[in-house]
Amino acid sequence: MSFEWPWQYNFPPFFTLQPNVDTRQKQLAAWCSLALSYCRHHKLYTLDVMEAQESPMFNNKKIERKLSMEAIQVVFEELRKKGNLEWLDKNKSRCLVMWRRPEEWGKLIYQWVSKNGMVNSVFTLYELSNGDDTEGEGMAPF
Amino acid sequence: MDRFSWSNGLLEINETLVIQQRGVRLYDGDDKAKMDLGITLLSTHRLIWRDIKNHECCIAMPLSQIIFFEEQAAGIGKSAKIVIHLHPVPANKEPGPYQYSKYSYIKLSFKEHGQIEFYRRLTEEMTKKRWENTPVSQPIPTGTGSQAGKTRAVGIVGIERKIEEKRKETDKNISEVMGKNKESNVDIKSSCYGMMALTEVYCLVNRARGMELLSPEDLVNACKMFESLKLPLRLRVFDSGVMVVQLQSHSEEEMIASALDNVSEKGSLTAEEFAKLLGLSVLLSKERLLLAEKMGHLCRDDSVEGLRFYPNLF
Repeated sequence: MSFEWPWQYNFPPFFTLQPNVDTRQKQLAAWCSLALSYCRHHKLYTLDVMEAQESPMFNNKKIERKLSMEAIQVVFEELRKKGNLEWLDKNKSRCLVMWRRPEEWGKLIYQWVSKNGMVNSVFTLYELSNGDDTEGEGMAPF
Repeated sequence: MDRFSWSNGLLEINETLVIQQRGVRLYDGDDKAKMDLGITLLSTHRLIWRDIKNHECCIAMPLSQIIFFEEQAAGIGKSAKIVIHLHPVPANKEPGPYQYSKYSYIKLSFKEHGQIEFYRRLTEEMTKKRWENTPVSQPIPTGTGSQAGKTRAVGIVGIERKIEEKRKETDKNISEVMGKNKESNVDIKSSCYGMMALTEVYCLVNRARGMELLSPEDLVNACKMFESLKLPLRLRVFDSGVMVVQLQSHSEEEMIASALDNVSEKGSLTAEEFAKLLGLSVLLSKERLLLAEKMGHLCRDDSVEGLRFYPNLF
């Protein structure tokens, strides 16, 4: 299934960091949502900032618009504040993208474990992610 | 309240006091006047009011200004009043506490009663019209009342001298005129729903100046300077050619609406394209687009192709 772009992706102003504060808030919310869905769809867990600028996620070749480095940093900072992103280095060149936050993962795992009546038993990560029971439960290796 | 002139409160020769009443509050139309409680005096010639605490604050109006008057009964929490309807301001009226009023009537509110007797005496004087028989010399203008002691001057020469003394204090510069009339501008703002025809402004301004009147051309040129003088007023010309002075906030709303309409119609606009559409300078049209953006109606697309504005679809 190909990735479905939100309407903002084809709206040129989407790629300009808006000076009006209220407008900017809505813009950033849309960018965060887009970044997370894109990463989830393509199973991306880490991002390199330089590469990201050229990836279709931040660069719409059709309308010839892309987010500036400054704007990308602003979007990443928003994601970090929301708990969806962690920097892997001091220079902020690589980051971990958690399109599911750790808490959300925890909840998912617990729900699965309860469903299969396995609470209070011990598991390895391998068993969790590759076991027969877990196929298709979204437990991709992480 | 703009029919009153400053007065020293002294009666003229041939003028007699008829009745006076304490505890009277003045109303400009339906609005409380800016004065506190005072004493109102009725003479054979004038209606005079003096502040109880500050005796120098004293104003007067000729009885000939009165068209008719009526009683307004007291109510719960409301004192009895006499409503006095007035002729328009005469051209030679001396300055007073109000340069302009939207009302053509005043009210006397009798906080300490006395309205029945006052009404009776006023009726008598307005019937007898004694001032017509024994005209007094021109009322002496005393500015804020703090110039008491100046030599009395009668006749046209005296009037001219008084006006010229005042004029000396004001600069002939047009912007000074506008500055001097800031107060009347403020009154305009609060009383004319934000818009006034230029012809009315012309009358107000020249009435305030008294001498060395502004020509119509001078006035129009002065109005064009509103923005650079940082006054919150704008000159607007309708298609018919009618000119009005209106509040800046009104103008802004219109500019924002027009920016949004034009941008929506064309999908997007640069400042240059907008300028061409409106026949305005690029600078002014950019200001309008920026204003609309600030208000959240437009958003921007800044790229190598230039700065373009879109309707804010976010």
